[in-house]
Amino acid sequence: MSKPYLNPGLPTPVATELDQPYWDGLRAGKLMLQRCRACQRFQWGPEWICHRCLSFDYDYVEVPASGRIYSHQRVWHPVHPALKTQGPYVIVLVELPQADNVRLVGNLLGDPQQPLVIGAEVEGVFEQHADAEPPFALLQWRLA
Amino acid sequence: MSTRSLRGRTAVVGLGETTYYKRGQSPDAEMKLALQAIVRACEDAGISPREIDGFASFSNDRNDPSQLAAALGCKELKFSNMQWGGGGGGGSAAIGNAAAAVATGIADCVVVFRALAQGQFGRFGQGATSSTISGNFAHTVPYGLMSPAQMFAMKVNRFMHDHGVKQEAFRAIALACYHHAQSNPRAVMYGRPLDEATYDASRWITEPFHLYDCCLENDGAAAMILVSAERARDFPHPPCYVLASVGGSHYRAGAPVHNVPDYATSTFKTVAPRLWQMAGLKPDDVDVLQSYENFTGGVLMSIVEHGFVTPEECNDFFQFDNLVAPDGDLPLNTSGGNLAECYMHGLGLNIEAVRQIRGTSTAQVPRAEVSMVISGPMVTPVSSSIFGAEATL
Ligand SMILES: [Zn+2]
Repeated sequence: MSKPYLNPGLPTPVATELDQPYWDGLRAGKLMLQRCRACQRFQWGPEWICHRCLSFDYDYVEVPASGRIYSHQRVWHPVHPALKTQGPYVIVLVELPQADNVRLVGNLLGDPQQPLVIGAEVEGVFEQHADAEPPFALLQWRLA
Repeated sequence: MSTRSLRGRTAVVGLGETTYYKRGQSPDAEMKLALQAIVRACEDAGISPREIDGFASFSNDRNDPSQLAAALGCKELKFSNMQWGGGGGGGSAAIGNAAAAVATGIADCVVVFRALAQGQFGRFGQGATSSTISGNFAHTVPYGLMSPAQMFAMKVNRFMHDHGVKQEAFRAIALACYHHAQSNPRAVMYGRPLDEATYDASRWITEPFHLYDCCLENDGAAAMILVSAERARDFPHPPCYVLASVGGSHYRAGAPVHNVPDYATSTFKTVAPRLWQMAGLKPDDVDVLQSYENFTGGVLMSIVEHGFVTPEECNDFFQFDNLVAPDGDLPLNTSGGNLAECYMHGLGLNIEAVRQIRGTSTAQVPRAEVSMVISGPMVTPVSSSIFGAEATL
């Protein structure tokens, strides 16, 4: 297993009733996102109600982990003790054309000082944290 | 003018501020700071604190109006109001709420206040320190996205990309704020001027924000007193009328995990037209502007969305000479603002706007009669307001 992108020690994500299938999906190497059963449209982050048709009836559906960079930032100043020795790192906001353009936050793998291009195609990388308590996975991105 | 308007119905008649301290350095507890600012505002208005019958604040201020009223011996409490939302977006809305209460007879003498002692309580700019995280933050924090700067940087980067805005536009905003602070002895950055080379050489916090694009964190308190327009001439200072105050946000601005459909915005696109409509004014009428700097990028976007300039004109418009008093086209943050005077969650900007109407700013714009404030860009809800001298009624 390759090394995680960020230093260990950031808070461990713990699923809630609303996003349990998402976190279970990442552990299994799948991207599962919330879709309304009534109007069949995706929304993210997860909500109790569909903002389009107001149905409370939602499902989680597998989506290809590929998208494009909607925006980005290169972070230099660490605000968490775990990142004091990290150096610069890249956060990307990725939109998913195959899921109604919902957006996910992640990190862009590779050289943290690489040029950052809005619109660049990216593909997902499932970053497993099997030794964490509880174990979890994150969805990271690399240029396609 | 519709009767469903705040225009000219209330006025600010008292201003109070404590000393402004660097974060964590206040010798006084937060509630004592709040009380000091309110007492000073009453002294400025020439009234007893016992006459205050309403309190309005924002950003989850920790000082409960019932306790403040008890401490001050207020005869009666009629209005106890909190504007929802964080990040200073309520700085103008709290004034609007106070004005609405006075205009409609809910209360007669309302104080708008904000107090911060981050030494006594927690700090804004720090990340999560718990060992686990759930809900919406679980989708951002594990990727190292947790501070206010990090929450807004991607909006600004997208806006710069869409409109070709250059870093120099942000630099001009920072330089104007620091320039104005040099004539303001109250300012935390008084005596500490900023030049282009220092800005350019300063470290990145997160791109596109250099250190000098980010607000201070301070301890202190500020307060202002509103009464009805009918009574406003009975106080020591020239009245400063509330011409308009609005707040809010666009469609699904609060959508979780950075999924608001219109993302690269300061949140003012739907708010600003209501401000101009209520005031019966247009951008050209504004003599001086205070625009909340959480980050300079938000200042630029909010000035665009209030119609002062198009996105494509930004690189020409945001020049130092254009933003400084007394001769710039749009004198901006004339006390030094959140970058260089003090970060009082934007209430200090509103106090400076009133000072401009009174003619008592340390960077006074000659004959300022229309004085505007923009509060808390990029959060939701945001708010903005316009003050006017008697001649604008
Ligand atoms: Zn639906």
